[in-house]
Amino acid sequence: MTSHRLPTGGRLDRSRRVEFSFDGKALHGHPGDTLASALLANGQRLMARSFKYHRPRGVITAGSAEPNALMTIGREGRTEPNTRATMAELYQWLEANSQNRWPSLDQDIGALNGLLSRFLGAGFYYKTFMWPASFWEKVYEPIIRRAAGLGRATTLQDPDRYEKTWAHCDLLVIGGGAAGLAAALTAARAGASVVLADEGMELGGGMLSDPASWPQLAEILAELATLGVRLLPRTTVFGWYDGNVFGAVERVQKHLAVPSPDAPIERLWRIAARQAVLASGAEERPMVFAGNDIPGIMTASATASYLHRQAVAPGKRTAILTQGPAGFTLAAQMEALGLEVAALVSLGNGPAWQGKAPLIRGIPGKAIGGKSLKSLQIEGGPRIEADAIAMSGGFSPVIHLACHRGARPVWSDARHAFLAPSEQDGLLIAGAAAGLSGHAACLGDGAARAAAALARIGLRAEPAFGPAPEDAVAQAPLGELGKTKAKKFVDYQNDVHAKDLTLAAAEGYADAELAKRYTTSGMATDQGKLGNINAAAILAKARGTTIAAVGLTTFRPFYTPVSFGALAGTSRGHDFQPTRLSPLHGWAKTLGAEFVETGLWLRSAWFPRAGETGWRQSVDREVLTVRRAAGLCDVSTLGKIEIFGTDAAEFLNRIYCNGFAKLPVGRARYGLMLREDGFIYDDGTTSRLATDHFYMTTTTALAAGVMTHLEFCAQALWPDLDVRIASATDQWAQMAIAGPMARQILQRIVEADLSNEAFPFMAAREVPLKGGIMGRLFRISFSGELAYELAVPAGYGEAVADAIMAAGAPEGICAYGAEALAVLRIEKGHVTHAEINGTVVPADLGMGKMVSPVKPDFIGKHLLHREGLTDPQRPQLVGVVPLDPATPLRTGSHVLAKGAAATLENDQGYLTSTAHSPHLGHSIALALVAGGSQRHGEEVVVWDGLNDAAIPARLTSPVFIDPKNEKLHA
Amino acid sequence: MASLIPCPHCGPRPKEEFTVRGAVLPRPAADAPVEEWQAHVYLRENPRGDYAEHWHHSGGCRRWLVVKRNTATHAVHSVTDAAEGRP
Ligand SMILES: [Zn+2]
Repeated sequence: MTSHRLPTGGRLDRSRRVEFSFDGKALHGHPGDTLASALLANGQRLMARSFKYHRPRGVITAGSAEPNALMTIGREGRTEPNTRATMAELYQWLEANSQNRWPSLDQDIGALNGLLSRFLGAGFYYKTFMWPASFWEKVYEPIIRRAAGLGRATTLQDPDRYEKTWAHCDLLVIGGGAAGLAAALTAARAGASVVLADEGMELGGGMLSDPASWPQLAEILAELATLGVRLLPRTTVFGWYDGNVFGAVERVQKHLAVPSPDAPIERLWRIAARQAVLASGAEERPMVFAGNDIPGIMTASATASYLHRQAVAPGKRTAILTQGPAGFTLAAQMEALGLEVAALVSLGNGPAWQGKAPLIRGIPGKAIGGKSLKSLQIEGGPRIEADAIAMSGGFSPVIHLACHRGARPVWSDARHAFLAPSEQDGLLIAGAAAGLSGHAACLGDGAARAAAALARIGLRAEPAFGPAPEDAVAQAPLGELGKTKAKKFVDYQNDVHAKDLTLAAAEGYADAELAKRYTTSGMATDQGKLGNINAAAILAKARGTTIAAVGLTTFRPFYTPVSFGALAGTSRGHDFQPTRLSPLHGWAKTLGAEFVETGLWLRSAWFPRAGETGWRQSVDREVLTVRRAAGLCDVSTLGKIEIFGTDAAEFLNRIYCNGFAKLPVGRARYGLMLREDGFIYDDGTTSRLATDHFYMTTTTALAAGVMTHLEFCAQALWPDLDVRIASATDQWAQMAIAGPMARQILQRIVEADLSNEAFPFMAAREVPLKGGIMGRLFRISFSGELAYELAVPAGYGEAVADAIMAAGAPEGICAYGAEALAVLRIEKGHVTHAEINGTVVPADLGMGKMVSPVKPDFIGKHLLHREGLTDPQRPQLVGVVPLDPATPLRTGSHVLAKGAAATLENDQGYLTSTAHSPHLGHSIALALVAGGSQRHGEEVVVWDGLNDAAIPARLTSPVFIDPKNEKLHA
Repeated sequence: MASLIPCPHCGPRPKEEFTVRGAVLPRPAADAPVEEWQAHVYLRENPRGDYAEHWHHSGGCRRWLVVKRNTATHAVHSVTDAAEGRP
């Protein structure tokens, strides 16, 4: 392998060596190299195998549009497939591996696909893999996946971190070439805040490939830095969004061998710009001729970039194909550097040529070679020995971003290119992206555009550069060249060749969007950045129409692929969403609680004790202790909302279906909140602490939803009511103290008379605790026992819980968790969202009488009495017990009439909640069963399809303990 | 990805901070016929063009807002507090 590195030149730091490997082979380059330039410098032209035919491929470009040189770089968790070698900066010990080849890049068995190519033409997915349908999953898909592939993602954890941030500026300049630099300079001199982003590792764009402009480039960059412009190299602006917000991803540390843990590897920017200048440059068009994908063939601008930036010669003898002056300029530069130009082939008009190379007027017929180029046959002309071809088929402005918000590209006859509307709200287009050529012209245009953009926001700016003439006249896209039927690639990445497109047109898929789907031209990671214009030219010819009539496919974000890591930012793993901890979390943890995730919350589920071997044992003990003595349960996760105002009572009266206007101060009431469609939304207790102050509790699940609902009602429906609402969920630690001994235990820490007379069922008021803090005490019960809920300021929660546990020690008080709470409430027939599942109305739960018949209005009143919601055969809440007490019931099982087959038609409802009742010694369930309220005592079958069980059972009242509520009122 | 909504209380804020409820519809009178309530709850226009919606600045000031915007162009014409102009 011979070195292609020139002895001098380039923007490299030759004093330092950078070691790297490709497919295990040890190679080296220098700082300033990309992976692609370093491989070329080492003579490694074969870099990849193509997608479908596994053809040998090298680089075509030196930038982000690269369709061929996709590699897997990095190792272990940092493995990244499909990285464009043209964009990856070289770093010490970089490991790169080729993809889509077996057993090796040199000898790839998949290349046999080339022999099958007549089956792999346009529409082959649709034609070949249509039938039989059963073949798809087992045969076709695995074959396609294996043979036609890109790289494989690692399954290891990504060790790096990512972050997201916002920026705000007067002017965002996208692209750091001549036009962008001039725009940024113009704006910064005028005192505007400026962000300049460029996808490359160095700012300068095309100026970097032109050593003559390097001194000017250095001057501009130095001035931009002193003016405080935020310079973002390695930052791809990938999307333009509403409100003139741009998305960008900055590759902060992708170019470092060992990323610092103190910085993100990538940073996602959202840039809110008052105005923006798009100076994204232009993409050079490849030429569509036979063999145009052989390694050694690349665009002229890529050749110039490698030559001048990294001092890499394209080959020993380079043939230059050019449609305009670009190839002439390159030929002259190469000869000045002493490199051999085998021929300068001109397809159009060019300037006068005084160089050594023969000037040939003609078109390329066929490139010859396998893994490396050997020669070029001119159509009807000579064969030129050459190991490299630089081709220039004209330029296509990069207008993607300007079309992300709906604008369509417009064909320009003058520019022979698709242009975006040059003046849109918030965005102007400058330089080569607007179709201009030449650095001087682009500097002038960038400056003028920046001044125009700033004028829109009332800032006056003096253009930093004046207008200048352009270098060249634009050239029409060439389309297919040469008469041979051999493959001429249009879309390299998808292996789409000219014949695929003419075939698609012949089969009726000539529309640009249809042809894309039918042939896959313009799909995948490069989205046709190079190929789409040639595809449009070929389709236009096949249809006998113009390129303008064919058009382009829609441009959508993202401009280039963006990593999931950058989009996720810090929302990963455990940080995907916050974890909420109760103020009593530490208390529960000290007591050895097992926790369960409930939404964002961690709730104590049960409290195992020594000798207990399973959760059921702990839960049974907790339930029996509550029923016999007392228990303490953390209910802090319930939503808590403070409601103030002279109209607070009227407000609640409209929110709940039952009355609240006349609730006396010092009392709590259970309330049912409906949706406007009549179905129950949430339930909970609300207490009146003063005439104009209520304290509402909601279920844990709907705490946020109820808060939002109340805000909507107060602000949007009834802004005339004097009511203010504040969420207080995190301000209070709330605990339930339940059981026949609850009062005597609580009395030891509360400085108020808790006798039944002084503090009856549903009493609710502030009480002083021993030690001086104030608590809110509510005599309410979810368990069905004599019970209280005590709320104290969150910071006192653990101390108060400890005090209650100590006070209750003589009675044997225990801590109980969410599981025991669930068993207790099922035994009592209390509902949760397992029953309030969005399909039930109050009457379904036996609460029809709660609905106020006298209130003129409340949320849900007006649709509650529709026919379907009053049908006596609606599913209604019942209890279910198995006839054989040893048989467990399972939630989700369906209820069937005795003897009925298990069919959808015979379904009578299902079990919403089940538990083992230690109190009763058998399984119990709550269920929603058709007409259930009238069927207590009826024998039915509980059908558990998952376990293939049909369990004889009986419908009962949903209240399994204390039906007369004697315990509650004790 | 991103875009900005000018909250009358908080200034321009990213749309991710907001929750959209849907069309602004006046709640029928308490004695309105059931058909009117049925339409209020279930029937929605799906216009291409100007649309007024209730948005909640749920990650900000927690005020309910009326956002008048164009569903085709995404242009936001005005953002006002939902209580504004009400009795
Ligand atoms: Zn706000």
